[in-house]
Amino acid sequence: MQQEKNIKIDIRHVNIFARDVKILKDLNFEVNSNQILGIIGPAGSGKTTFLRSLNRMNELETGWRIDGQILLDGKDIYDSELDVNSLRKRVGIVFALPVALPMSIYENIVYGLRLSGVSDKKRLDEIVEKSLSAAFLWDEVKDRLSLSGLRLSGGQQQRLCLARVLAMEPDVILLDEPCSGLDPISTTWIEDALTELKKKYTIILVTNNTMQAARVADMTAFFLMGELIEIGLTKQIFTAPVKKETSDYITGRFG
Amino acid sequence: MKLLGEKGVERLLSVVAFSAISALGLIAVFIFIEGLPFLFKYGIKDFLLSSDWRPDAGKFGIYPMIAASFWVMLGAMLIGAPLGIAGAIFLAEFVPKTVMNIIKPAIELLAAIPSVIYGFIGVVVLAPVIRDLFGGPGLSLLAGAIILGIMIMPTVISISIDSLLAVPVSFREGSLALGATKWQTVHMLTTKAAKSGIVASIILGMGRAIGETMAVIMVTGNSVMIPHSPLESVRTLTANIALEMSYAIGMHREALFATGVVLFIVIIILNSIASVAIRKKVIVK
Amino acid sequence: MRIPPKYTQIAAITILGAATVFTVAILIFILVFVLEKGLPILSLNFLFTSPADMGRSGGIFPILIGTVLLPLLAIIVAAPLGIATSVYLVEFTNESRITRLIRFGTDCLAGVPSIIFGLFGFIFFVTILGMGWSIMSGGLSLAFMILPTIIRTSEEAIRAVPKAYREVSFSLGASRWQTVRKVVIPNALPGVVTGVVLGIGRSIEETAVVIFTAGSSLLIPTSVFDSTRTMAVHFYILAREGLSMENAYGTAAALIIAVLIVNLTAYFMMHRFIAKRN
Repeated sequence: MQQEKNIKIDIRHVNIFARDVKILKDLNFEVNSNQILGIIGPAGSGKTTFLRSLNRMNELETGWRIDGQILLDGKDIYDSELDVNSLRKRVGIVFALPVALPMSIYENIVYGLRLSGVSDKKRLDEIVEKSLSAAFLWDEVKDRLSLSGLRLSGGQQQRLCLARVLAMEPDVILLDEPCSGLDPISTTWIEDALTELKKKYTIILVTNNTMQAARVADMTAFFLMGELIEIGLTKQIFTAPVKKETSDYITGRFG
Repeated sequence: MKLLGEKGVERLLSVVAFSAISALGLIAVFIFIEGLPFLFKYGIKDFLLSSDWRPDAGKFGIYPMIAASFWVMLGAMLIGAPLGIAGAIFLAEFVPKTVMNIIKPAIELLAAIPSVIYGFIGVVVLAPVIRDLFGGPGLSLLAGAIILGIMIMPTVISISIDSLLAVPVSFREGSLALGATKWQTVHMLTTKAAKSGIVASIILGMGRAIGETMAVIMVTGNSVMIPHSPLESVRTLTANIALEMSYAIGMHREALFATGVVLFIVIIILNSIASVAIRKKVIVK
Repeated sequence: MRIPPKYTQIAAITILGAATVFTVAILIFILVFVLEKGLPILSLNFLFTSPADMGRSGGIFPILIGTVLLPLLAIIVAAPLGIATSVYLVEFTNESRITRLIRFGTDCLAGVPSIIFGLFGFIFFVTILGMGWSIMSGGLSLAFMILPTIIRTSEEAIRAVPKAYREVSFSLGASRWQTVRKVVIPNALPGVVTGVVLGIGRSIEETAVVIFTAGSSLLIPTSVFDSTRTMAVHFYILAREGLSMENAYGTAAALIIAVLIVNLTAYFMMHRFIAKRN
């Protein structure tokens, strides 16, 4: 099956160092638009570090350095001219642990919009409904939008986090093991939402749960010890991996 | 703040952040400008080691005040430190947490009572007791030491409790599991682990004792004398400044600022030692 | 002969407990002593009439005003400086030689005796800047004195805001300053306010600084360049010069009550803050 390529993110010779230790080695691959890229691999293989380098969240830590290039729509995101805050508005992230900000559900969703200066109440209302619906949370919370986000359950909070990213209408959504702390039903909600969302967005999903990648990802990349071992169509990775490490990992021999 | 922009805010904050250190610098500069020339003019040795304080005759020896400050501080430490540390150990190790959470703030409230009130209690309650029991004028080195000892207790207790509680529970459990009693654990292990914090609390207490002014003025009697017994009336460095500043002019005023210089240097040294000790504790933690 | 550990423990606990009880007893004694003698004198009339005959009779109304104005001015100056310093220390820098220097300066300033603040305020504000003995000189000197209290307390409160909140805010495209304004400060607010309240408390308790910089006028101040006195100073003068024991006790009671209110407020705010955090 020949797929039309529409490169959203181009990763070229990327090395990432933390306190002079190289934790990601010479990454070279592309991420296509309107697809879900699943990244799998054992803990400590650099998946999260990679994900956080895509919206420069890594910069918040000290002793961190990158070389090589990450191009988003052909433009280097580490260009010194580029405003990191507008980059983060274009590349949203959902963290492993759900973090509702200590404010109302409504304010959580519009937090990013308010930062960008959107204050039209009608527009905000619309976006809140749209984003919560897309995250499959609207029906559960529509009558209590002024409730503190902290009062929601873990699964609801994680969908709130997703909706909060969607409200920004980003180009790319990064998810860092978004279901690691959730029950199976909440996980299903999130996965259904992602499948729906890829029509509009480019999604990168880091997961410790290989089955989740198999279920929702179009492409899957396997990271091991800071290296990209293999990337390909999910089906191919899970049925006919090229590298031995990949098949060992998928069949559960380590990890 | 919009006007300033992100960079502007950061720059503004980075300037304001130096407010405390600038305040300290400003204080040091002006106290030194007023006091240092005198020190060199009069001679540091004569100033510090002579016992002749007669401003009207141009004699400015502060040795009696240095001795008084030292003895009052030492007395205060002898009273306040053991009581404070004992209280801290008791509260941190031997009472339920809920009890500690009530008593610790109550004791910290002691620190909030104005020093003039302490001084007053010293005058109307303590001094007559000392006079009746031991003789002498009542208003004395001993009275100053007792009042200051009480005043520094909250400092000692509060910081000591914090450093005792910073000792990991696993240390204690390890010791108890080996069959040690709670008290053995406390005196062989916990207090040793919390030592630098306890030492810091004592040094900070010393700083407070040397620096205290109003309570001391009220209870020590204020005679310029090298004390030979705790029952004598003495005048500390701080009291000397506060008592004479209002009418001092010329050399006399400069001499009082020079006294301030001495006090300032002593306090900075004590605080430096304490802050090194506290930092050590943080690293251990 | 070796005393069994069980008995040494009992002896130790007894001694330690006695020390604690003794300390608490002193606190109670001071409070009871002052309030017992002062409360009967304390009345609305006492609070809201002016003193007569140097304070031998009459009330403490102008002193009440001074006791409000001086800490107020001190806090207006010190709170923004102190809070900004702590925001800078926690949010805008990493641990470095500069932050260590700032912390060391703050610690030293906290240890500087009040008489030194008084001397400094007298030479700098009163004399060199020509403000005279005034609310202005006193308030500014007190501001210097309470700056470390505010810096330390708000630094602690700001540090206690979970890192995850900041991450979320940054990830949604907020700048540092936006994150501070919208997430950090609102969440640290009770702790920050506690520091401010403690600063007010310190200013109310202070005597030496105020005598040296604000003077001891008994008139109702009409501008910030008027001299005034606070309750602590008034009490000191009444008691020391033996003008009126009765009015001294009344003032002491008012002073203690003010200090209690301020510190209990700070305590309960901090308590709620900690409870909320957990």
